[in-house]
Formats: sequence, C-alpha cells, structure tokens
Amino acid sequence: MRYKQQRPINFIKKSMLGIASFILSAFLISGGYAQTQTILNVSYDPTREMYRAYNDLFANYWLNTTGRKVRITMSHGGSGAQARAVIDGLQADVVTLALSYDIDIIAEKTNLIPVGWQKRLNHQSAPYVSTIVFLVRQGNPKNIRDWNDLIRPGVSVITPNPKTSGVARWNYLAAWGYALLQPDGSDEKAKSFIGKLFANVPILDTGARDATNTFIQRGIGDVLVTWENEALLALQRLGKNQYEVVIPSMSILAEPTVALVDGNVDKKGTRAVAQAYLEYLYSPEAQELLAQHYYRPTLESVAKKHQNRFPNLQLFTIDQIFGGWHKATYQHFVEGGIFDQLYTPQKQK
Amino acid sequence: MGRILLITVTVIFLLFLLIMPIAFIMIEAVGSGLQPYAQAIGNQATLHAILLTILVTAVTIVINIIIGLSGAWLISKFSFRGKAFLTTLIELPFSISPVVVGFLFILLFGYNGWFGKLLDNYGIQIAFAVPGIILVTVFVTFPFIIRELIPLMQEQGKDEEETALSLGARGWSIFWHITLPNIKWGLLYGVVLCLARAMGEFGAVSIISGNIQGETDTLTLHIKNLYDGYYYNEAFAVSSLLLIVALATLLIKSFLEWSFKPKTKYKTKTTLKKT
Repeated sequence: MRYKQQRPINFIKKSMLGIASFILSAFLISGGYAQTQTILNVSYDPTREMYRAYNDLFANYWLNTTGRKVRITMSHGGSGAQARAVIDGLQADVVTLALSYDIDIIAEKTNLIPVGWQKRLNHQSAPYVSTIVFLVRQGNPKNIRDWNDLIRPGVSVITPNPKTSGVARWNYLAAWGYALLQPDGSDEKAKSFIGKLFANVPILDTGARDATNTFIQRGIGDVLVTWENEALLALQRLGKNQYEVVIPSMSILAEPTVALVDGNVDKKGTRAVAQAYLEYLYSPEAQELLAQHYYRPTLESVAKKHQNRFPNLQLFTIDQIFGGWHKATYQHFVEGGIFDQLYTPQKQK
Repeated sequence: MGRILLITVTVIFLLFLLIMPIAFIMIEAVGSGLQPYAQAIGNQATLHAILLTILVTAVTIVINIIIGLSGAWLISKFSFRGKAFLTTLIELPFSISPVVVGFLFILLFGYNGWFGKLLDNYGIQIAFAVPGIILVTVFVTFPFIIRELIPLMQEQGKDEEETALSLGARGWSIFWHITLPNIKWGLLYGVVLCLARAMGEFGAVSIISGNIQGETDTLTLHIKNLYDGYYYNEAFAVSSLLLIVALATLLIKSFLEWSFKPKTKYKTKTTLKKT
C-alpha cells in the first residue's frame, strides 16, 4: 500500500525535474544569440514582405562593412496600435510606421524620440512613398474607374477603420481631397462625398492586411481601397487573373516615415547599427529592393528606372490639402470628429 | 419523432461547426503535399514558436499546480473569515475577456504602468517580453486546477489527515503521503485542461507580447502572422499542430474521466470499511 502511494509523487518529482531542465536549456539556447546584436523594427501591416527582404540585405551590408553580425526582429500590426505599444514599452530600436503622426505621438507622450525627429533623415524621414489605389475583381464587373464610382449605390467598398489603421486614414484623406479638388468642390461637398462612401463600406477591419484578407480570402466587396504596394503585391502573390489594379485620376502622396527610438537604442547600446539600418534605406541597393516590392523609391535615379511600374497620376500631399497630420487628425479622426459624425455602423443583416 | 428531430439537429450542428472546420484545416494543411507541410513545421520560426509555447505552458502549469494545491488545501481544510468570497474570486479569470487581461497587465507592467518604470530601472522587462506572456497565461488559466481540487478535497474531508496528525505525522508528510495520492487524478485532470487552454491562448498574449516575430510569438500568434503574410498553407500546417494537441488532450481527458471516477468510489468504500 505504501509503495503504491509513493508512486505518483515520484512521477510528479521526476516531471518537475524534467520541466526545470527544459526551461534551463531553453535559456541556454537563447543565450547563444548574445554574440549577435539584435534590433527590433516595429512596423505597420503591409511591410512584412519588404522588410523581410531588406533585413537580409542590411545584415549582409553590416557584416561586410563592420564585420559584425546583426539580427533584426520584426513586429507588425496596425500603425496606430504599434505606436501605442512603443509608448507602453515595446523595446523598438526603430519605428517604421504608416504615417508621421503616429511617430509624433510617441515623441509627444514619451521622451524616447525628440520632437524634431522628422528633420533627421532625408525626405522628411520618408525613404519610400506610395499612394492609394483600387483593387477590383477580374474584368472590373462594377466598372470602377475613379473615386466617384465608389459612392454609387450598390458598390461595396472595403477599407479599414481610420481609428486604428494607417492606410485607412490615407484612404479617407485621398477621397476627401478628390472631392475637394473637383471644379465645384467644397468642404461641404467633400463631407457628403465621404458620408456616401462610408455608407458603402460593409465592414471596417482594424488593419490593412485584415482588409486585404477580407477582400481576397472571404470574397467580400467589389473594390478594396489600399496602398499601391499592397494592391500590386496582392496581384503578384494571389493571381493576376483574379484581380485588377485600378489607378484613379488623382490620389494622395502617402509618405510612411521612419525614426530611430533614441531612448531605447541608448539603453540597449544599439544606436550605431539602428542608425545605419535607417540610413541604408536610402542607398541605391535598398531603393532598388523597395521598388521591387512596389514602394515608390525617393532616389531619383532608381525612380526613373522603375517608372513603368508606377503609373503617373496627379498626387496631392497632406500638407497642401489639410495643412499637415495634426490638423487633419484633429478635424477628422478624434473622438467626435468628422469621421464619427459621418460614419454610423450599418445594421448587421 | 421528436427524438429523430433532435438527433438530426445535433448531427448537422456538429457536422458544420466541428467536423467540417477540422477536416478543412487538415486538408488545407497538407494541401500542397507532405514535404511543404514538413517544411512549414520544421522551419526555424515555427520551431521557435513551438519551443516558446512549450516553455510558457510548462511554467504556467508549474505555477498553477503550486497555487492550485496551496489554495485548494487552504480552502478545503481550514475555515476562516472571507472564505466564501475567496472561493468566488477564484472563478474571476473565467469571466474576464482575455483582451482586457492583456491591457490590464500593460497598465501594470507597461512603461507608463504602476510597476513598469520601477522594474525598468533594474533592467527587468515584463510587458512585451516572455515574463508578460507567462503572467497573462497564468491569469487566464489558473482556475482550472484549483477548481478541480476544491470539491475533491472537500468531499474527502479531513478525517484521514486528522488521523495521520494524531499518529504524529507532520504537515509535509501528511501532504505527500495522504492528500496528494488522494487527489492525483483530479490534479492531472486540471493540468490537462490548463494545458489545452494555455497553448491556445491568443487574445491576452497578442496584446502583452508586442508580437515580435521570432521572439515573443507563441504558436497562435505565429499562425496569425503566417496568415497575414499570405502564407496560407503554412498557417494551416501550423494550425494542424495545435489541432492535434487539442485532440490528444481530449483523449487524455476522456481517459482520465474514465479512470478517475470509479477510483474515488472504490476509495470511499474502503475508507468506510476501515472506520
């Protein structure tokens, strides 16, 4: 009887020992990385493929120029949510977000990034730019050619939530700018245009990639409004015979920005490599890679080489139409702003 | 007639909500052949996610066993003021949304949180790191073991322990030789439930982890990352792993239920005879 009762105890003791040794070995394995410097790039949704390629390119470059190894880890998500995580302590060495406003917020709410960060790198810290275009289903059955086709009754439009998603804000502002720049355009007309557009939106996803998956995997909607790079990537990845990219008559010049997180790199001792990581984005090799991933290069020579890939269309900037991100955010996207006044969630059917 | 209707409804329900999704995952997982399947599971990122998930689950279970045993021991063998309140409080994690749990721990351990800055001065990182993942997983899963143990220990009463005490046995000795053998099946049952939940947790972990690929992405987060990266087949391949674990726990659970129930009956009978 005694022996039988002791058995489970031995078993538990043994398994605890096993678990303990496992944990120990896991720590030892992770200690193996200590030789290599690791930096964390906190980015937005559609950059997954591009930064995976760029990280390899940069790691090679860094090894060749300094003889040191670097490992780059990525975190992807909605741009606004990612900024929030960095504010709350996510140890980003660099942030590469969808819009400068999200980095401004980090600079305002913490002392991790100085306020004048955008002047520290070329092109207002935007190494690559993009614009907002449409992805439609093969043959363009709803005959969508321009922004005013999106407000026609019976057209179902997929765009994510401007409260959480960077691209959604660009989408919204591009549509607003289009309406405003029409011959008889006015703020009132733009407001009613946006109201009609969002009445055609069946689902507001939280991020760009979620919206793409809604359009492609779930087959919802007639048109996906998204980054040019995201639309071209979807076309390449998921079949040229199923979708078409439609370029509107005009759109917004979207400038995703990058910044060094001074507070974190100084703590971790990674300033040199993190700084080089951002600067190398402007190099001809990196610009070439960016172009291949459908981001518009800012380096003149590379941009020229790839001009066939990126159609020419009238591009307006956020500064021209809205007087910058702060004004645009305050007017449109804060609690009770114009977006809240215009958007009433549709009844679930 | 009514019986046939009920059976049909149940079967259709099970078919659409259980069998079909499971079949779908398995078909999609091996959709492009067995070799891509093996590659999807064998690549470094997936292996890291598997190791991290095992680590988090193992630590969670150890912590939960300790909290569960001492808590259940306290509640079932002693009486004190506020006992009923404490018993209710234990169930709390079941009624809080995991997303709220994630934000709660960011409020506590984030850089602007109550303890975040203090711990940061000592170079300790909890939010957006593995300790944070373990903390939220423990929070979400800790009722499983303790809830299994309390009724079991209460049912068995204090008689055997009191007898041992009267014969001169000390606290630890009583615990190892009397209490633990009596509750081993219930404990194992709780551990299995805890294991299944810990491995599958997504909401709380996705918020506290910061979703750093190759660092803080557990299996569930890794699946979401694969899916978002257009790696649909790989996402389903890794999902099938979790599915296999889930089915295995289901089997173990049924086995435990089967072997655990008759044993307690047998035990109570023998104790009756003894007295």
